[in-house]
Amino acid sequence: MLMLTCPNCGVTGEESEFAPGGEAHLKRHGPGSSDEEFHAYLFAKENPRGVHFERWRHANGCGKWFHAARCTATLEVFGTYSAQTTEPPKDIKDKISAKRPGWSWREVE
Amino acid sequence: MSTRLAQGGRLLTRGRPVNFTFNGKRLTGHAGDTLASALLANDQLMVGRSFKYHRPRGIVASGAEEPNALVGMGEGDRFEPNQRTTTTELHEGLTCISQNHWPSLEFDVGAINAQLARFLPAGFYYKTFMEPRPFWKHIYEPFIRQSAGLGKPPKGADPDSYEHFYAFADVLVIGGGVAGLQAALAAGRAGARVLVMEQTPHWGGRAPVDGGTIEGKPAEQFVTDALEELTGMDNVTLRSRLMGAGVYDHGYVLGYEQVAEPRAGQAGPRHRLWRIRATRVITATGALERPLSFAGNDVPGVMLASAVRDYAVNYAVSVGDRTVVVTNNDDAYRTAITLKELGLEVPAILDARKGGGGPLAERARDLGIRVETGKGVAKVKGTRRVEAVAICNQAGEGAVLEEIKCDAVAMSGGWSPVVHLFSHCGGKLNWDADQALFRPDRDKGPTGADGDVFVLAAGAANGHLDLAGGLADAHRAGRDAAREAGFTAADATAPQAEAPEEMPLEPVWLMPQGAGVKLRMKAWLDYQNDVKVSDIQLAAREGYESVEHAKRYTTLGMATDQGKLSNINGLAILSDALGQPIPQTGTTTFRPPYTPISMAAIAGQARGETFQPVRRTPMHDWHAENGAYWEPVGQWRRPYCYLRDGEGVQDALNREITQTRESLGLLDASTLGKIVVKGPDAGRFMDMLYTNMMSTLKPGRCRYGLMCSENGFLMDDGVVARLDEDTFLCHTTTGGAENVHGHMEEWLQTEWWDWQVYTANVTEQYAQIGVAGPNSRKVLEKLTDDDVSAEALGFMGWKPITVAGIPARVFRISFAGELSFELAVPAGHGRTLWDKLMEAGAEHGVMPYGTEAMHVMRAEKGFIMIGDETDGTVIPQDLGLHWAISKKKDDYIGKRAQARSHMTDPDRWQLVGLETLDGSVLPDGAYATAPGTNANGQRNVQGRVTSTYHSPTLGRGIAMGLVKHGPDRMGEVLEFPKVDGTIVEAKIVEPVFYDKEGEKLNA
Amino acid sequence: MKRYSAFAVAREAFRYHMGWERAWASPEPKKKYDAIIIGAGGHGLATAYYLGKNHGITNVAILEKGWLGGGNTGRNTTIIRSNYLQDPSAAMYEKSRSLYETLSQDLNYNIMFSPRGVMMLAQTQHEVRGYTRTAHANALQGVDTEFISPERVKELCPIMNIEGPRYPVLGALWQPRAGTARHDAVAWGLARACSAMGMDVIQKCEVTGIRQEGGKVSGVTTNRGDIACDKLGIVVAGHSGQLAEMAGFRLPIESVALQALVSEPIKPCMDVVVMANTVHGYMSQSDKGEMVIGGGADGFNNYTQRGSFHHIEETVRALCETFPVINRLKMLRQWGGIVDMTGDRSPILSKTPLGNCFINCGWGTGGFKATPGSGWGFAELMAKGQSPLCDEFSLDRFKEGRFIDESVAAGVAH
Repeated sequence: MLMLTCPNCGVTGEESEFAPGGEAHLKRHGPGSSDEEFHAYLFAKENPRGVHFERWRHANGCGKWFHAARCTATLEVFGTYSAQTTEPPKDIKDKISAKRPGWSWREVE
Repeated sequence: MSTRLAQGGRLLTRGRPVNFTFNGKRLTGHAGDTLASALLANDQLMVGRSFKYHRPRGIVASGAEEPNALVGMGEGDRFEPNQRTTTTELHEGLTCISQNHWPSLEFDVGAINAQLARFLPAGFYYKTFMEPRPFWKHIYEPFIRQSAGLGKPPKGADPDSYEHFYAFADVLVIGGGVAGLQAALAAGRAGARVLVMEQTPHWGGRAPVDGGTIEGKPAEQFVTDALEELTGMDNVTLRSRLMGAGVYDHGYVLGYEQVAEPRAGQAGPRHRLWRIRATRVITATGALERPLSFAGNDVPGVMLASAVRDYAVNYAVSVGDRTVVVTNNDDAYRTAITLKELGLEVPAILDARKGGGGPLAERARDLGIRVETGKGVAKVKGTRRVEAVAICNQAGEGAVLEEIKCDAVAMSGGWSPVVHLFSHCGGKLNWDADQALFRPDRDKGPTGADGDVFVLAAGAANGHLDLAGGLADAHRAGRDAAREAGFTAADATAPQAEAPEEMPLEPVWLMPQGAGVKLRMKAWLDYQNDVKVSDIQLAAREGYESVEHAKRYTTLGMATDQGKLSNINGLAILSDALGQPIPQTGTTTFRPPYTPISMAAIAGQARGETFQPVRRTPMHDWHAENGAYWEPVGQWRRPYCYLRDGEGVQDALNREITQTRESLGLLDASTLGKIVVKGPDAGRFMDMLYTNMMSTLKPGRCRYGLMCSENGFLMDDGVVARLDEDTFLCHTTTGGAENVHGHMEEWLQTEWWDWQVYTANVTEQYAQIGVAGPNSRKVLEKLTDDDVSAEALGFMGWKPITVAGIPARVFRISFAGELSFELAVPAGHGRTLWDKLMEAGAEHGVMPYGTEAMHVMRAEKGFIMIGDETDGTVIPQDLGLHWAISKKKDDYIGKRAQARSHMTDPDRWQLVGLETLDGSVLPDGAYATAPGTNANGQRNVQGRVTSTYHSPTLGRGIAMGLVKHGPDRMGEVLEFPKVDGTIVEAKIVEPVFYDKEGEKLNA
Repeated sequence: MKRYSAFAVAREAFRYHMGWERAWASPEPKKKYDAIIIGAGGHGLATAYYLGKNHGITNVAILEKGWLGGGNTGRNTTIIRSNYLQDPSAAMYEKSRSLYETLSQDLNYNIMFSPRGVMMLAQTQHEVRGYTRTAHANALQGVDTEFISPERVKELCPIMNIEGPRYPVLGALWQPRAGTARHDAVAWGLARACSAMGMDVIQKCEVTGIRQEGGKVSGVTTNRGDIACDKLGIVVAGHSGQLAEMAGFRLPIESVALQALVSEPIKPCMDVVVMANTVHGYMSQSDKGEMVIGGGADGFNNYTQRGSFHHIEETVRALCETFPVINRLKMLRQWGGIVDMTGDRSPILSKTPLGNCFINCGWGTGGFKATPGSGWGFAELMAKGQSPLCDEFSLDRFKEGRFIDESVAAGVAH
């Protein structure tokens, strides 16, 4: 039972308030993209055992989407942040690097 | 003879007799008794039969760890199997029955299994019952199922109520013994919001029974004082009868409260499920005594030493007149001393340790008790109750030195901390070789959302079995927890406690240590599931070496007690068999709940009508009063049709359709999703959402649109109306409204967040009524002064009007294929408008029609239905909807996906109409066969029916379907086998069966 | 391998069961094998078993990082059925179901396949239509199913409340020859049979790397040394992503937690398996008497083998409505496992970008029932490079948009 804080409305709530929405920071590939690119975008999702960036919607709350940085092996939440970003903010990246030595943000593919 | 002592019983209220029955026998106990203590007080030593061998089973323990003493409790709808007598408070009128025997507890046919035990070792069923094959299903399995299973099933619906409760704490203390209370004091004094949970009705845990002094006063006094101080703190809540059931991620803890055993007519819940969020959790859950593994350790009358002591002190029950104590530690001496001081006989204390015990042993000797060191039990004599013990050297193979007559045996193999709650969420344990126990690893406790450990064990649960050490540890845990939760604890030291010094225990996993196989086959580890030392050794011998394999192969620890008594003993035996140290063997995983919790408590209040909320349209009650035959659609209920007296469903459908086609019908369309999309970029956004071009739609006009997922599949459809330059109103399917709205928001917020668009789901803000049929305009004109003529409001137009005095939007759209108006009014006016329309339409014989009539009429028109023609694998191109897919747009959601090779495959099945040659209705879901079979031997198919109905309008069956190359095969006849194998032939036709030119809806 | 039988048990009884041999050997890894299977769960062991039995390939090692059968094989709710809608699924699961029928005899190990019948309740008109369609499809696929009336549902399962009030039962898709089996026994019986064929089942052997030469796999690196192989099969539900990463490709899967629970044991009161998808719950009664209950999967990536309690709550609530007698039963134990979810919720049995490396994963919530069928097909794929049972389950299908979507027939849970 996760607890998450919605960065849009500031509410910290039960997991059942939120709806998970899969991998964050996807780059959309539309018409004109190659089969490989489109497949990677839609299906070859990140599935790490460890640090993961994902989308959530405060579905039973303010209704807004946001991003969470979370460890899939321990369920630790490093932070939540705006969905209107293409990569995690620096403070979250720094926090993760401090907690998971050796970790680094890869370039968005 | 187990009986009630004349005096004593610290938890009893003498003079308040409580009547109850066991197997129909009328018995009496005292207020304050548990069911177990009351049974013992009535000499009911044997209370059930074991799972596999149907051996006589007596009460072994005095608390939650009890494996044997389970009964069926209550009567009728309130009957409940597998109730643990040791944790059941006795109440007036309680009725219970013993379990797992036939015909009676005393004479059980299943007991034959005990005679055959030798032929039924662990896992015997994996090696047998295979031949002949049909015997498994028809003979072996029914027999096994019947002989297993413990209690009888409950009978009916449960008449009692249950509820959920939410709580929050900075520091949650689980366990109300002295350690828990001390931890609560330390945290509470620091100002933290503390919740203390105690599973029993009593505070103080074992300390008042075990003795010792705290700050110079008896432990019981400490408990009283602590409770007084805690009760006085506003920031502390104390709750008894509330068990910590499970610890979950991010500080989520489940509590299980026994509120009351309600009887008929009494209000209030029976159980309460607490859902708690805590910043820090302290598990002060104590420790459980371990049995010793000797032959006959399962005979009724053999009990944990601490349980014998509990029954004597707390309930004034002597389990036997002559109790032999057998131990590997000093603690069990307390039992001997207690019994002796109560005037009962203790013929001997058998201490497996060569060196014997410390001051407690001295005390026992001083009381005149015979103490034998280096000795153990070779065998217990007796079947339904203990008659004697044969004693032997612990070091030997079990040669009998002497037989001692006795009627009870109090055994102690040492103590194991209750680490369950610490472990549920991933806490790691360390093996403490000195004390021979697993204890929590402070640094490897479960971690919370912030990555920090949030569960701290305290006291005996943390491996501090002595009173002083336990209190000091709990004090530290309470302060640590408060500090970690952000509170500052004032300087204070732990209370000083004194108890007799104890000599270390010596691990004894088998008694005697060289016991031969015949003794090992009688030395029980798991009493309920009948797992013996020999079974674990067999598992190891056969290669089931992992602790999980051994558990699953033998069923050790899988009974209702989940191995609280058996697991450590079992894994010690396994480790020995494998020749490896215990920590290398490891434990099985601890899973919630700590003890079983009722399903009804988990379900909570949401039962019956409120199981899931029903969404109601403003006209819901009218439908209910007028014969609605409901159909669940999403969380809504919609009328499938309206049944009149004596009418069948098909009659009603025919009537509703005919009347609508010929004159006038009303549809409650309020459940249709209504989403407003607004903003300067709304048009651009709409063009991405829909396959059609929506940005070119003119205000005042409507357009049917298709919405696909990014994966290309058709997900929803509906009519879009442009309200003004900036605003679109999107109608969605009933079931799709929330998904579609979520879908829009996802794209807006995570992809095109710089677009200026807002969306709002206004589904419930409007009541919507479809007025359909050739007379629809006439009835509408009766209620409005606005011009709704064909010229003023053409097909696919909309306009604001006032109807029956209510501001409304009227949409000239049609799903039925008739002249049709959809009226949307603020929800609060919905019922009024409905009534007015019924009134005004009376002269035209107005009738409401339900969802099925709507489906039939749309199928007659060849309109697709999401969920019928689509199923998540269908793309718009399959449905002949190319006209609704804009060729001009570079992009829309799903466009790229639809360019993949399988999506552009010309062999994809395409939408067609289907007409049976004999006019019958094609079976729903039928497939059209093709010649031959595929590589897996399955019949080849070339199409399927997606919608099929009897059309009262055409007087024949009509259907739509998807067929390979369908549109190119008009007139061809396909074969559709029914499930019974007979064939229905149907001709491929155009999918529009009614008013092909659209004259009616354009009227 | 000494045969198991009632006679053998009796014989051993007279020597106090001291003469039983190991069910499977505990060998040291050899330097090289013809084929290595990573993962000694049901599917991995079944693959090895059929490599030997059907294709004569017995120089095989099955490597297991923990204990065999310790993943989802030993955590599922043991339902076996084949009433799937889509042809490839029905073929796979029906093959599997039919193999289960004789698996006890084939393995000489009683896996307790209990063909007691499985019903999937229809509680909305949409489900009625979905299951009617499945019944039609099944008839052409050679799968014996039937859409039955609410009255028949009640007759087969008297403890069920078919009247609602929230979702009255409108009928059910009934597969009489479906049922359950003892999950651990499937793994153990297969391990014993593999061992008897001379294969090496190696537990506590964790693969830490996949060695490659010239675009092909040459062997694996493990905590017990390097082991070479000609062919490699990866069959590691819940860890497929990690192994694929070692092999240098990414799989279209996400790993989530799926939970189950059991009640305390009671005397037999339910002789069929019931799945109720509208309310998200399914239940059967084990031979031990426990009510075995499965719930929904979490929607977020999770490797903890612990799910969220609200799923348990929803499932139990639904089943209390459907089976009122369980209100007064108690939940004995709840647990979780990690399941691999693919884009269409159907499995992957496929070649990989590495020519001699094959992957079997993505079974989501429904893998146990497929165990022997999956092994049969995947062994054929590994041995011959092609298998009709596996063809449609290839990795390419996501790229092509060729999905095998079972949710079509209202099949939320497998």
